Amino acid sequence: MVTLGIFSAFTPQNVLYLLGGLGITVGVSVISVILSLIFGSIVGIIQFERLPYFSKFVGTINNIIRNLPLLLIIFFVYFALPKIGIHLPIFWATVIAMSTFESAMLAEIVRGGLESVDNGQFEGARANGLSNMQTMIYIVLPQAYKKMIPPIISQLISLVKDTSLALGIVLSEMTYRGQIVYAQNSTYIVPVLIAITLVYFLLNYGLSLLAKWADHKLA
Amino acid sequence: MALLQNNFPTFLQGFGYTLLSSIIALIGSMILGTGFAIMQILPQKWAQVIGNVYVQVFRNIPLLIITFFFFLVVSKYVKMSGFTSGTVALMLYTSAFIAETVRAGILSVDGGQMEGARANGLSFAQAMQHIILPQAFRIALPSLGNQFINLVKNSSILAFVGGLDLMYQGNMVAANTFDTFSTYIIVAIFYLILTLPLSYYIQHLEHKLKRAL
Repeated sequence: MVTLGIFSAFTPQNVLYLLGGLGITVGVSVISVILSLIFGSIVGIIQFERLPYFSKFVGTINNIIRNLPLLLIIFFVYFALPKIGIHLPIFWATVIAMSTFESAMLAEIVRGGLESVDNGQFEGARANGLSNMQTMIYIVLPQAYKKMIPPIISQLISLVKDTSLALGIVLSEMTYRGQIVYAQNSTYIVPVLIAITLVYFLLNYGLSLLAKWADHKLA
Repeated sequence: MALLQNNFPTFLQGFGYTLLSSIIALIGSMILGTGFAIMQILPQKWAQVIGNVYVQVFRNIPLLIITFFFFLVVSKYVKMSGFTSGTVALMLYTSAFIAETVRAGILSVDGGQMEGARANGLSFAQAMQHIILPQAFRIALPSLGNQFINLVKNSSILAFVGGLDLMYQGNMVAANTFDTFSTYIIVAIFYLILTLPLSYYIQHLEHKLKRAL
């Protein structure tokens, strides 16, 4: 029965359909990675700078977002925001929800990385006549990024895995399309689930090898 | 507010199931995770391989897929509800992360501790249990706490398989009342009741550990 499923589940049509889903999974991931790296860095720096009131405020919002399930944020963006007049297509609702959540996670990594840079580096840079901004860009951030790269990559692995949650709002990504395929025939369930698992695994294992390589190279 | 009053039992039931699932998964994943962490550092090659493969596989595939696997495939042979399959998946998934954390904790304990314990006549298992693991857990405590927060958040996956948890009940209330906005805010507050205090406690622990080092 199962072997029958393996051969008939992967017709060219089904395979192409699943690969299309992989395209959407990768698309959501890449856009969310870029957005969350930008916003995560900004929020992390704001928290690190300890500006009066503002940093505390941003930090509290960040803590709240970080401590909510991503699934809840996805549902909120797609089902609740229309109530206050913000209508988003599924793809962008997913991207915005993922970016919001991952920015909060990355901000925490950036803040931790910045705090691990020795104070003497700031003092030395300022004493040599660099402005606060210059110190940040040329001295502190490059050193902090070195320490941040492994945790950032493992966060990116979570991001790729978490795109499967968009199934909840029926985004046509790989996991959802897998469901559509095995809904045709129950013998397809096992082969399709295994195929999807393999694709996710290869994608993420590649990323984790990259993390290991980066760690090795920078250490 | 009326929404909360009318549906309070539903929310509370969901909160209970989320808490129950989290606690079961936490205990299970701590045991499994510690086991696989020890396997990874045993001198035997086969144990290392099993430990590594387990951790790599479960760390790199989405929790949702593991949940579907139990819900759709395993449940055909072993009868289990959505709640059970979700919780088992959550336990296996989290155990891979806990194994990584505990392994890092064990490796950060000075090698002399093991040598000293063995030289004093303790067996490998005794040295592990009484000397190495207590120190490793102390170092790993903040990261373990973060894993627990992730576990509570990830338990929302039960909503996909009818697991009666907070997210599932929230979706039900949202579908019945059409007031998605207030419903999801209330669900968020319930989750924060669990995760925020933990998160602040971990920050406190991290500061304490940093000062101790």
